[in-house]
Amino acid sequence: MTQLSRRTILRGMMNGAKVGMALPFLDIFLDVNGEALAATGQRLPVRFGTWIWGCGFIPERWIPTSEGADYTMPPDLEPLAPYRKQMAIFSGFDVKLDGVANKPHQTGNLGLRTGIPVPGETVHAPTFDVLIGEVIGQGTRFRSLELSASGIERSYSFRGAGSPNPSEVSPVALYQRIFGEGFQDPNAAGFKPDPRTMVRRSVLSAVTDDRQRIMKSLGAADRQRMDEYFTAVRQLEQQLDLQLEPPAKVDNFTMPKAPDKTVIDADVEHVMVNHKLMAGLLAQALACNQTRVFNMLFSDTASNLRRSASSDTHHTLTHEEPINPKLGYQEQVAWFAAKSMVACRDFVDALAGIKEGAGTLLDNTLLVAHSDCSIAKAHAVEGIPMMVIGSGGGRVRTGYHKAGRADAASRIGLSVQQAMGVQVEKWGTGSMDTNRTVTELVA
Amino acid sequence: MRLMTAGKFKPSALRKIGLGLCLALAGGIGWAQQAPSADSSLTVEPKPAGGPLLMRRLTESQYRATIADVFAPDVPIAGRFERGLREDGLIAVGTSHGSMSAFSVEQYDVSARSVAADVTSEKRRARFVPCQPKSATAFDKTCADQFVTDYGLKLFRRPLSSQERDRFVQVAKAGQQKLGSFYEGLEYTLIGMLDSPQFLLRLERSEPDPAQSGALRLDGWSKAVRLSYFLTNSTPDAELLRAAAQGELHTDEGLARQVDRLLATPQLEGAVRAFFWDMLQFDGFSDLFKDPAIYPGYTSAVAKDAQEQTLRTIVTHLAREKGDYRDLFTTRQTWLSRPLGVLYRLPVVVRNGWERAEYPADSERAGILTDVSLLALHSHPGRSSPTLRGKSLREIFLCEKVPDPPANVNFSIVQDAVFKPGSTARLRLAEHSGNPVCAGCHKLTDPIGLTLENFDGAGSFRAKENGAEIDVSGSLEGKDLVGAEGLGQAMHDNPSVPSCLAEKLYRSAIGRDISTSEEPFLEYLVGRFESERFRVPALMRSIALSRSFYFVSMPIKTAPQHTVAAAKKGERS
Repeated sequence: MTQLSRRTILRGMMNGAKVGMALPFLDIFLDVNGEALAATGQRLPVRFGTWIWGCGFIPERWIPTSEGADYTMPPDLEPLAPYRKQMAIFSGFDVKLDGVANKPHQTGNLGLRTGIPVPGETVHAPTFDVLIGEVIGQGTRFRSLELSASGIERSYSFRGAGSPNPSEVSPVALYQRIFGEGFQDPNAAGFKPDPRTMVRRSVLSAVTDDRQRIMKSLGAADRQRMDEYFTAVRQLEQQLDLQLEPPAKVDNFTMPKAPDKTVIDADVEHVMVNHKLMAGLLAQALACNQTRVFNMLFSDTASNLRRSASSDTHHTLTHEEPINPKLGYQEQVAWFAAKSMVACRDFVDALAGIKEGAGTLLDNTLLVAHSDCSIAKAHAVEGIPMMVIGSGGGRVRTGYHKAGRADAASRIGLSVQQAMGVQVEKWGTGSMDTNRTVTELVA
Repeated sequence: MRLMTAGKFKPSALRKIGLGLCLALAGGIGWAQQAPSADSSLTVEPKPAGGPLLMRRLTESQYRATIADVFAPDVPIAGRFERGLREDGLIAVGTSHGSMSAFSVEQYDVSARSVAADVTSEKRRARFVPCQPKSATAFDKTCADQFVTDYGLKLFRRPLSSQERDRFVQVAKAGQQKLGSFYEGLEYTLIGMLDSPQFLLRLERSEPDPAQSGALRLDGWSKAVRLSYFLTNSTPDAELLRAAAQGELHTDEGLARQVDRLLATPQLEGAVRAFFWDMLQFDGFSDLFKDPAIYPGYTSAVAKDAQEQTLRTIVTHLAREKGDYRDLFTTRQTWLSRPLGVLYRLPVVVRNGWERAEYPADSERAGILTDVSLLALHSHPGRSSPTLRGKSLREIFLCEKVPDPPANVNFSIVQDAVFKPGSTARLRLAEHSGNPVCAGCHKLTDPIGLTLENFDGAGSFRAKENGAEIDVSGSLEGKDLVGAEGLGQAMHDNPSVPSCLAEKLYRSAIGRDISTSEEPFLEYLVGRFESERFRVPALMRSIALSRSFYFVSMPIKTAPQHTVAAAKKGERS
């Protein structure tokens, strides 16, 4: 992509959704026919992301008592009530173990994200966000952005075994990475490509020149690792390519201010602050096409969140707090579970707060929010709570509660992949192997 | 139940202890670790089994040391580093697995640019550019050739091929033409070298072994690289590169000369430090948090200094003083800084920096297991954890694997004990022993960890928990012991402790897990370690001089990894 004329973009669209999506979002279209385009849901850039919270939920406070569109909002989902229409709630979908040892807080989470339950942290396939990123994430400055709000330097976005995409834990560092050096203000006047950038581009060509010769010298496993290296270099090349052309204008974009330094730890109040800051920066980054794929880890799967001055963490409480006989559940655990949904609302607010076309960024995003287990106390992977929020530019239907009745959770993974344009007929292994999408979600 | 044949050291059998053992122990069956056989015939190195050629990624500390050695320690490295992949307890092993994220490559480029800008800056180019161009504003091929040849050798750890050289010279030329300055051309070609896989990854190469037709051996450059990163945690120096070029590393005398030379350099300390940082899993500090309301004394300065304290103690004892490894578990010798003095409640004279210190005899502290670093790292944010401490001690120092708790445990029996006033960790954990599902593993971990209960979740001393006097009795391998000192002595006397170190050091050196066919070699190493009075540099020398360390087996067909690339080809399982 070297020329950003309206013509180029039209040509891209004619070539199909994938090419169209690989082009930056341009207002020149919306001025002419914004609403229609938005309504087709095909031609606006579509984003995909996941949002993970750890240690599951309190079923009676989270699962709606009835299915369909007319459910009564359960107490823990109340914060998300403003998004009722843009949200699909999935209860009762299982990660099927088929005898695979259930590694607490890992097997359910990675099973849900790869379609293959594993007895540890060594995934047997890329996570679905990566597969979707392969389709929609090309052509942007970052293939994806991974964020973690509780100071845990990890993500559950895996390109392969032992190859996670590391998370940013600091809002300041995140800001620097997105809006620091190399960022082009989309609305800045007067574009002049930097000759240094051109030289850097030629440097990378020299680095990749040797690719064939290097690859030939390696065994199969190392060849794949080397291939990943070159793919990563490709992103770097793309970043430079983007800097060599004038940025696409973005409506309603104002350069965000650098956040102040914050305390990064697992104190839930600090986590809420950092999470909100990062969500805001991410939303701005999505709006101006820095990336189309993201993964936010609100709390780790074995949640280390804690309240100040408490010697317990969310995770240790799930195992050690007695059930309150009056309530019928663990009271402090429930507090964290409810707080997680408040955080989810903060995240969705950030997306919905950015106008785009006739709607908001949220409308053009498909967000899968999920946990790692249902009842954390027992590390149960049956009925892991999941939500799809935002319709991905009309690619999925929302606004209901769907009970899975012990169906495989991979049905949701399959559905969202298909909705995002991944060529996949069936997904998962063993009892997770499915070719059945969720009809409420996709046709 | 005997887990090991008497008199035989079986490292891999040890590491593979699984749930079975936990359950067996639940039934009250003890086990005993056997000492390495005294009458071992393994005084000569067994026939090497060898391993495949590896493609290892530089760790963060290796990257930093390499830049410091090739250029200068004060050359700025502006990029961030992805956390290392830990496999089988060691990041050193993880360097042979996994792949680089886009984040990493992006950050490597940031570092490359900061290094190259500094090295070719007006202020420093006289020092780092090996020749004077005819003009600073014109391209000088001879000088560019020399720059690329010199730094190519240092950064790729082998001479560049003529195509490689020409390619990087061409980049320098194109840079000069575009930007006008000869030095900027060099700057950008240096960025290219630093972004190259040949720099970021240690790509090993083999050649036919003249001593054995049909067999392969590591080429001299690859041998130099293995040796150098093992003994100095950094890139081969000029003398080692010279020896590699001359083929001296293929002869016993030539190799021994280099090994002894490197072992005598101060860089040995860097290698010992890097290995123990990895073995002790200090990367865990990057997301270790303590509740400031509960542990106000535990600040980020303390966390930083606590790691340094332990590493300094280890390096001083092992590398500088050539001490017995086992004494690390009993020594009162340590190092202190001002921020640590506050936490340890010990006077520190020096205002900035470090001073040699000793844990007082009545402090309950002796040995690195009582350092704040290890005590805090294996605790919860707001309380200690005998279970985490016991588990980590078995995994780190005894090379055992303690399984995760089963997923479907009924914790309700534990719950009542937790919230009782006057509850101690011992009381809470006692509940586990009543449950056979829990008891197996908790019997492995808790009797060790409970001896350290005089230290809270941030490593500070305490006599009481929730108002109750703390009982610090416990046991290790069936032997009763009391308190941290008792534990330190038991670890000192435990033959698995040095055996485990030899195994980890070897695995770290070769960057992969060992196969069963290498067990005789490990036995041999452990025997050498013992006969060298458990001195770690001597153990490193045994490894560095062994044939096993360099031996290349015929390529093993490995199953392809499951990656995006594989998935695309429809190989997803």
